[in-house]
Amino acid sequence: MAEAIPHAQSHVHAVLEGPDINRALIRISHEILERTKGGEDVVLLGIPTRGVYLARRLAGHIRQFEGHPVPVGSLDITMYRDDLRTRPARPLGRTELPADGIDDKTVVLVDDVLYSGRTVRAALDALAALGRPRAVQLAALVDRGHRELPIRADYVGKNLPTSKSEIVKVYLEENDGRDAVLLLKEDEK
Amino acid sequence: MKRHLISAADLSRDDALLILDTADELARISDRSIKKLPTLRGRTVVNLFFEDSTRTRISFEAAAKRLSADVINFSAKGSSVSKGESLKDTALTLEAMGADAVVIRHGASGAPYRLAGWVRGSVVNAGDGTHEHPTQALLDAFTMRRRLGSLEGRRVTVVGDVLHSRVARSNVLLLATLGAEVTLVAPPTLLPVSVDSWPCEVSYDLDAVLPKSDVVMMLRVQRERMNAAFFPTEREYSRRYGLDRDRVAKLHDEAIVMHPGPMNRGMEIAAEVADSARSTIVEQVANGVTTRMAVLYLLLGGADLGGEDK
Repeated sequence: MAEAIPHAQSHVHAVLEGPDINRALIRISHEILERTKGGEDVVLLGIPTRGVYLARRLAGHIRQFEGHPVPVGSLDITMYRDDLRTRPARPLGRTELPADGIDDKTVVLVDDVLYSGRTVRAALDALAALGRPRAVQLAALVDRGHRELPIRADYVGKNLPTSKSEIVKVYLEENDGRDAVLLLKEDEK
Repeated sequence: MKRHLISAADLSRDDALLILDTADELARISDRSIKKLPTLRGRTVVNLFFEDSTRTRISFEAAAKRLSADVINFSAKGSSVSKGESLKDTALTLEAMGADAVVIRHGASGAPYRLAGWVRGSVVNAGDGTHEHPTQALLDAFTMRRRLGSLEGRRVTVVGDVLHSRVARSNVLLLATLGAEVTLVAPPTLLPVSVDSWPCEVSYDLDAVLPKSDVVMMLRVQRERMNAAFFPTEREYSRRYGLDRDRVAKLHDEAIVMHPGPMNRGMEIAAEVADSARSTIVEQVANGVTTRMAVLYLLLGGADLGGEDK
């Protein structure tokens, strides 16, 4: 899970820099358009915090390519997590659906890092309480492996083989003042 | 946050804002068709009510159920309390049943505090005697924030039977924490002796305070607790401290009128004022459920922090 650290360590090698992230998002936008026949009935739902910014960027690209806007929203999954009891109660994020809702739409969930798959499982539960999409797909900026559930991504920015002791940090301009994906060893946390 | 919610003074500014922000997000859920969340599945919330209550008990019950907690309702009537069981023995019974939270309303001030020493779960004070009612203060603050934005520097006037009011005490404490300026208006006989030490102003002249108030909160005249001559007649009380149309006209355009309920229409508040667009009385009830959901989620939704506070 990516967490906000205002001053990222400068000596750590970035796996993805700003331009790489941008290229990956542009490619994902094209893939979404291909797979959904021009983005028909697509709704992008970002998972807070950084998934929301990524979803907005994808929507921006799609609009640029196709000339029509795609609805974007956010889906907070906090209340649906299966690990709530491992930490003190967390503050909630925002759930905001587009005006037309998600019924009979193709919902693309957008998250920064795909890891155990538990976040996505929680997101699927949260979606079921909000409506009945025709299909649900998943886009992740980084897939770092180590799945604990039968879940895979439909669109991946970068496959990043990691060991479980490593930590993947995603920084985005909107939230952290810079674009980068870092791979840290546990002792550098 | 602390483990229990017994007094509004237990809440730091950050705690209070966290509860209100959480309630803001939860309020969006009450607009949608499926209102239930799985968050407190497998947790048990006991509503332990030794005093009559409609809205508070139902509100806590609805809040717990929307979070998927199991709810056990206990009212003193028809229970072993009427056979003379003590609060402690009742508490130990609940403990044995594995209650994760006990929501208690009791006629004696301090009962929730005693209870907190006997049970392992969280204790939420739903009104104890003339002492406190912190979730009411939270839902009032939530209602004010929704109508007026930030409470910083807002002027809140609380009018009526402050002496017997747990709502007034909790509101004064919480609103001071949130940066609002509170003025209490009441006949001298209905103010507690200790009011000098409260973080608020006191006035005896409602008409003078109204023009600069952003919020007017009317308190119920608690006839059941009126065991002495606190004011000559109800009519005189109503004349001097009741909120009628003429007094409402002195408020500025955005000002709101609140009442924790149940109301004595025609006594502390005129019916037409209670039903006007300024009145938040119905909103307060709806906001009560979301605010209590936020409290239950923040107390029970995370890790069990063990026996000690923090």
